[in-house]
Amino acid sequence: MTDVSNRNQLAYIAAQASDARVNVEFETEGMTLNLGPQHPATHGTLRVIVKLDGERVLRADPMMGYMHRGYEKLAEVRTYPQVTTLVNRIDWLGSFANEVPFILAAERLMEVEAPPRAQWIRTILFELSRIANVILFLGDMGVQLGAVTPVFFAFRDREFVLNQIEAVTGGRFHPNFDRIGGLKDDIPKGWTEETTGVLGRIRTFCDEMEDLVTGNEIFQARTRGIGVIPAEVGLAYGLSGANIRGSGVDWDLRRDGGVGLAHDQVDWKVWTHPDGDSFSRYWVRLQEVREACGIIEQLLGGIPSGPVMAKVPRIIKVPAGEAYVETENPLGVMGYYVVSKGDLVPFRVKIRSASFSNISITPWVLEGAYVPDVVSILASLYFILGDIDR
Amino acid sequence: MGLVENGKMPKPLTALLNISRKYSLWVYQWGLACCAMEMGAAFASPRYDVMRLGVIPFPASPRQADMVVISGTVTDKMAPVVRRLYEQMPEPKYVISMGSCAHCGGPYWDSYSVTKGVDQIVPVDVYVPGCPPRPEALLEGIVLLQERIASEDMTDRWTRDPIVVS
Repeated sequence: MTDVSNRNQLAYIAAQASDARVNVEFETEGMTLNLGPQHPATHGTLRVIVKLDGERVLRADPMMGYMHRGYEKLAEVRTYPQVTTLVNRIDWLGSFANEVPFILAAERLMEVEAPPRAQWIRTILFELSRIANVILFLGDMGVQLGAVTPVFFAFRDREFVLNQIEAVTGGRFHPNFDRIGGLKDDIPKGWTEETTGVLGRIRTFCDEMEDLVTGNEIFQARTRGIGVIPAEVGLAYGLSGANIRGSGVDWDLRRDGGVGLAHDQVDWKVWTHPDGDSFSRYWVRLQEVREACGIIEQLLGGIPSGPVMAKVPRIIKVPAGEAYVETENPLGVMGYYVVSKGDLVPFRVKIRSASFSNISITPWVLEGAYVPDVVSILASLYFILGDIDR
Repeated sequence: MGLVENGKMPKPLTALLNISRKYSLWVYQWGLACCAMEMGAAFASPRYDVMRLGVIPFPASPRQADMVVISGTVTDKMAPVVRRLYEQMPEPKYVISMGSCAHCGGPYWDSYSVTKGVDQIVPVDVYVPGCPPRPEALLEGIVLLQERIASEDMTDRWTRDPIVVS
């Protein structure tokens, strides 16, 4: 006769054996699922090959290059003022922000500095393009999780921001407004008051999103604790922007970078969230839109007077040398490494774009996730295809 | 629809069919690049609101679509996919090429990886120029296409010139 512990042990062994038999009977085969290249959850033409075991992801491989347009090679045959036309189109939602680091790098090589007024207006437009970019994320995040309303709100209020950008630059989408040594033009009359009104609308939009989406139970259930990225893993993969701040790393190049923008003239805060899940990345971006509104409001109050263009030669020849400038773009850190040989065209332009590094974490973060969570994780990582493939 | 394709349907019936096709264009959104956002603004934003024209931008697959908006840069890697998805659409089908990239390569006219013109791959009905075109331009392209559909004769469908919005 066996005692209790022995009986427990035997029962355990029997249960294990029966489990094993069941597993043999219902042995499942892996399934390969193709997300994309044309799929609503991939924001364009990203293809993610997902190997599944039931509902669980065993392995996910992002396939890039469906939008590769060869920016780095094209930049070698365009003159410096022409390059901004191209790089506008890398991150097409926050176009103006793409021009800034390239122009700053070229200015550093030419040893020109933009006048203070140009730097302030640059910063205002930089933050306006951040708002135009990120509020579409806030709407899109809802769409990915099944709520269609937020995207209508986002598109509605984004139009007002685009109107303000268009009023200054003439370009609704791709401004191409930044010049080496300053800006093409000054801001029009009455623009500051109108922009203040638009910022009020954006603040209302943020409040609406808090009411509609943030507290929603379904939204919380599908984002809280999903796709957790610890800070050290995120740093190892080179995440930047709100993705790394959502993991609790207090790092923002607008504050820490020391590049020639007017962010150090105003009072603002870098938002972080300790959780590192999908929800925290969403939440950090929501706060960043609010913070950008505050930055613009303060800047509008004190734009210095003076010219918007420094003295630069008509035909721009950049002296030989190398410069690397990176700024905190809406999607994360964007940097340009410009090598000049004293010619009309750059010898080499290396573009470090944020989404390319951000997407590199997908194999790590998607492993072990469930299929519906793939969409939520991809949406919260927030990439733009032009920014990945360039 | 086989009779209509052969041009053997009597005129009043064709006119009736054309009116119904004109106001129930299901459009498959082909977001490729920057233009996709302007297309999104035209289709999803309350300011432009394409649904008042009878265009429904919600089919989940090309098999349910009457029209496709190819918006953005078609790269050589993407081109076979574009062709394949076009072939999955049921006839009669219409293609709107949106933006300079889709027409001819646009700013990437000398790039090594960009297809210079989507009309090399699929037949294009409407060209909407711009980089990117404003949502209003896309709406005008759709309206012009609807006018053409209203007076369409299936027998000359493949012989006429494309519409260019200007």
